[in-house]
Amino acid sequence: MTSSSHTPSAPSSGGAISGRALFPHKHLLGIGGMAPWQIQCLLDEAEQWVDLNRSKTKHDDRLMGMTQINAFFENSTRTLLSFEIAGKRLGADVVNMQVAQSSTKKGETLIDTAVTLNAMRADLIVIRHQHSGAVQLIADKVDCPVLNAGDGRHEHPTQALLDALTIRRRKGRIDGLRVAICGDVLHSRVARSNILCLTAMGAEVRLIGPPTLLPEGMEQLGVQSFTNFDKGIAGAHVVMMLRLQTERMEGGFIPSLKEYHALYGLNRERLALAETDALVMHPGPMNRGVEITSDIADDPACSAITEQVEMGVAVRMACLDVLTRGRRGVEGWA
Amino acid sequence: MSSNLLITGATLVDPHHEQQGSADIIIRHGVIGRGDTDDLPVLDAKGLMLAPGLIDIGTFSIDLNAMTAGGITAAALMPDQSPPLDNAALVQRAATAGKPAVWIHPIAAASTGLAGGDMAEIGLMKEAGAIAVATGRQWIADSGLMLNIMTYAAALDLPIITHAEDAALVGQAVATTGPVATWLGLSGAPAIAESLAIARDLMLAEQSGAHVHFRQVTTARGFDLIRAAKQRGIRVTCGITPAHLLLSENAIGAFLTFTRLSPPLRSEADRLAAIEAVRDGTIDLICSGHDPHGPEAKRLPFAEAQPGMAGAATLLALSLALVRDHVVTLPRLMELLSAAPARLFGLAGGSLHVGAPGDLVIFDPHAPWQIDGDTLPGNAGNTPFDGLPVQGVVRHVVKGGRIVT
Repeated sequence: MTSSSHTPSAPSSGGAISGRALFPHKHLLGIGGMAPWQIQCLLDEAEQWVDLNRSKTKHDDRLMGMTQINAFFENSTRTLLSFEIAGKRLGADVVNMQVAQSSTKKGETLIDTAVTLNAMRADLIVIRHQHSGAVQLIADKVDCPVLNAGDGRHEHPTQALLDALTIRRRKGRIDGLRVAICGDVLHSRVARSNILCLTAMGAEVRLIGPPTLLPEGMEQLGVQSFTNFDKGIAGAHVVMMLRLQTERMEGGFIPSLKEYHALYGLNRERLALAETDALVMHPGPMNRGVEITSDIADDPACSAITEQVEMGVAVRMACLDVLTRGRRGVEGWA
Repeated sequence: MSSNLLITGATLVDPHHEQQGSADIIIRHGVIGRGDTDDLPVLDAKGLMLAPGLIDIGTFSIDLNAMTAGGITAAALMPDQSPPLDNAALVQRAATAGKPAVWIHPIAAASTGLAGGDMAEIGLMKEAGAIAVATGRQWIADSGLMLNIMTYAAALDLPIITHAEDAALVGQAVATTGPVATWLGLSGAPAIAESLAIARDLMLAEQSGAHVHFRQVTTARGFDLIRAAKQRGIRVTCGITPAHLLLSENAIGAFLTFTRLSPPLRSEADRLAAIEAVRDGTIDLICSGHDPHGPEAKRLPFAEAQPGMAGAATLLALSLALVRDHVVTLPRLMELLSAAPARLFGLAGGSLHVGAPGDLVIFDPHAPWQIDGDTLPGNAGNTPFDGLPVQGVVRHVVKGGRIVT
């Protein structure tokens, strides 16, 4: 099933909304600030790329001649690879710039880097950075569209879009579903973007985690928080596990990985408390045996984890395509 | 240039009198006087207001253009300089750095290098001109050292200026815990980081008998503690900057680094509590917190940007909003900006009485202008109020009877 039963409608004055009016943003910095129909526009666009990616040729030339720079200031393997494949399948010249530590040590500021990338006449810049707000800072200084591939704890919009696409395809809808997001919500940009995206699309979002890893102020979006895993997961249609970010655990947030697994790890008994056909998701990379047991992660009947990776490429192709339509002179997108 | 002056036509705003009236001010040999005016040079201030020059407690930079633009004629300089003001020679040098436009009163570092480890030579620094002792930008976590510093300073009759944020609770935080920090993905510390620090320092002040001054108090629970301590008779005073009176954490917006302050911006409820604390006198003075930073320190991701704001040039204009909002009267505002800082730290000024120094600000309280970080007078334009339309323009600053501007 490819379309949602719930169709958030764009504000319409009679005529069909098309072109630039469907997605008026220059950049993709976050889900925050996007209207439900704009999210839907990207999800709908992604469907064609799912089909293409499953075909033999896997190629389209619409971004031919365009330069896409993936500037990753924080280590990443899968997101970088996903953006690289997405760009190449659309015919763009993709350049990866792994700046994890080097440039800051040389004293170059982020703004200088942005100006440099701009001077190289990039047509698209994909950025991951360890600090919240850093991608916005760059977007303000360059002429071309900027895609946020994760900034600090702030947002990771393409992850939320690929998760939404995965849910929509597996469940046929997003509206009305109960989605439990479990684990280290405090440090998770994936959680923030998903909360914004899923609530915008009409889902009921619950957060489950140790009290020290649940941030304040979530209830503002009607999101309920649970510190008891079993209570929180009850009746969930989708169980989204987060990676325990062990590298950000300084300061005594949890006593030990063993205790975390015992209280907040997803296993068969806990999953049985959710809806019978509940979908299990994880943004990866997984800490097997910590937040999730291997038998669940590897069970195709309930786990959508590999499908998430597949949807990631399609969603990113959709974003690259839509954001460059103005530059490519596509009719109605000037 | 003469230090004699006759200022005519101004409406006088005397912090010690609620009634405002028009009268001439005579300054002879730098001091407000009376008598014959025949030989005096005249400054016509018709249609303008005249008040004692602003006295700014706890500025981080000697920034004369910014200070003059804000009507400041004396400033107490924080020890957070490079190198820190932790010995007599450095204090002595800092004391003369602003003359003749602005009197700089150095504040001595409480600990050597402001490191929070060993007590600095407070007594020698007092002899060199230090008017108070301060912990600097940081809280001193070691309660034993803090008690010793307070006890020692109390005997020297030096106030202790402290920064009220529990260091361990703050950690790497750059915002106040709450919905704004959560949605922006900024690491936050709970607002009680402030009240926790205040509670300890109040007890140490009571134990030692020292006068403790919290440079900035910004939370409702902090004000409650100060209010109760004053009733109990503890020698405590506190200040605040216009930023925490006029802005809440919502001003962070899309990661505007000019709003990265120390302590960070608080919730709207805390901001309203701050307004109430000005109204009921819990807050003793308003300061600029002047801490200019150029783009190299601010054009960075929010968490990497330096905290602090350029506040001197906008101090009077922003504070006047409190008068327009009927929080305080104009004379009371001048008490908060001038008379109280003078009284609490034993400085000359803050008065229009005969014998007071001829340190005056002459301003038009209604003249509109727009705050613009790019053109703000001073060393840097890192104001969280960038773009805000305000009212109140300093027309003249007189220091010791000499017209500075």
